[in-house]
Amino acid sequence: MEPIPQVEERVRLTSSASGAGQFIRSLTAIIWKDMAAELRSRELLSAMLVFALLVILIFNFALELDAQARATVTAGVLWVTFAFAGTLGLNRSMAMEKDRGCLDGLLLAPVDRSAIYFGKAIGNLIFMLIVEAIVLPVYSVLYSVNLFEPGLLLVIFLGSIGYVAVGTLLSSMAVQTRTRDVLLPILLFPLVIPVLIAAVKGSTGFLQGADVVDIRPWINLLLVYDVIFIAVAFMVFDYIVEE
Amino acid sequence: MEPKPRLLAILDIVTLLLFLTAVAMVFFYAPLEAVMGQVQRVFYFHVANAWVGMLGFMVAAIAGVAFLRKGDRKWDIVGLAAVEISFVFFFIAIVSGSVWARGSWGTWWTWDPRLTTAAIVELVYAAYFMLRQGIEDPDRRARFGAVYAILSFLSVPLTFISIRIFRTIHPVIIGSGAAGAEGSFEMTPKMLQVFMFSLLTFSFIFADLLWHRIRLGKLAEVTENLRLKTLQ
Repeated sequence: MEPIPQVEERVRLTSSASGAGQFIRSLTAIIWKDMAAELRSRELLSAMLVFALLVILIFNFALELDAQARATVTAGVLWVTFAFAGTLGLNRSMAMEKDRGCLDGLLLAPVDRSAIYFGKAIGNLIFMLIVEAIVLPVYSVLYSVNLFEPGLLLVIFLGSIGYVAVGTLLSSMAVQTRTRDVLLPILLFPLVIPVLIAAVKGSTGFLQGADVVDIRPWINLLLVYDVIFIAVAFMVFDYIVEE
Repeated sequence: MEPKPRLLAILDIVTLLLFLTAVAMVFFYAPLEAVMGQVQRVFYFHVANAWVGMLGFMVAAIAGVAFLRKGDRKWDIVGLAAVEISFVFFFIAIVSGSVWARGSWGTWWTWDPRLTTAAIVELVYAAYFMLRQGIEDPDRRARFGAVYAILSFLSVPLTFISIRIFRTIHPVIIGSGAAGAEGSFEMTPKMLQVFMFSLLTFSFIFADLLWHRIRLGKLAEVTENLRLKTLQ
């Protein structure tokens, strides 16, 4: 009869903990759940990665990426790749929740709904960053361009945040419709155009060694977009998962 | 279904009269623009159409917020009505702008900030309809529509700003124009009168159509409920 009081003790401690502690605990639990599922199946990351490399390969033939073209289109190629691979990941990550009623289970759990949104979004962000962390060196080697500039990495990080913030919200909408995966890019791309433009322009600026003064507007735009859309997604997520 | 309200009937007639007057004013009252000639007359309705397009976009976003807060289905009907009307008007704005561009820039289309933003707005509207079409449950359809209307209303200005950081050739008739703008002109007082009158007229057209569309939306809801009752 020893362990039972201990368990009860822990439960009481959890419930009396402050709201923020509770929030962070449920957040990490959701992120950890996604990571563990991915570690075991390796479905999502491998699909995103292979897809991203294929897109780069296709661009290689479609655009004749010789030295001259590379200087101007590298950022564009990279961002199109990230955006396409990103939709793949977003779709899969939400479809996984919808498949066997996992989402209902998550919603039934006594946690704040926004913790579910932020958990899923951070999980998606981690996947996207991992894909980017692999694609960037591969691209560098294939085309002998040095992509490891702190400024460029900052732009990629900020751009990914904005993309994932809107993408997670819209993918949780898309999985609940009849057309499902087909719908996500149609809903997502018109809304993330500011991110894509700012990210491409900012990345090109850093790659061509432009003045920081010229690049700053793009970084500001990315920051503004990130802040606005994280805030809005936080406010409306409740209405999307409500039954 | 309640009979057609008296006020709506009056609004119909007023709108029709305003529209006919506006057409007459554009062709006979407005002076001929010196450089561009007759093609410049498209300007009055072009801007008015674009204005209605943006107005509907705003109405849809406000209706979206109202729906999410109150949960009253009538706001969903308002939002859908506004988007439907604005989709058409914005399309007319793009086509008429294209006609004007052919005359003044010598090309049907350029990737200028306003044109690009207009194209994206059309695509957002199209995505809105596709989203709604994919959902059977009316309550969920209303919620998702509201959320998407709000998101797109926030994203489109950012799109505009992001493209605006490039240089533009689109003339800015109201406010200060960019240095590289082509096809710009100074509005004479008469032109300004016609322009303002067109804006007023198209606002009336928007209000009139919106009212009709909301009535239609309510009827559609009644029929849907009747059908569900029969099926049960």
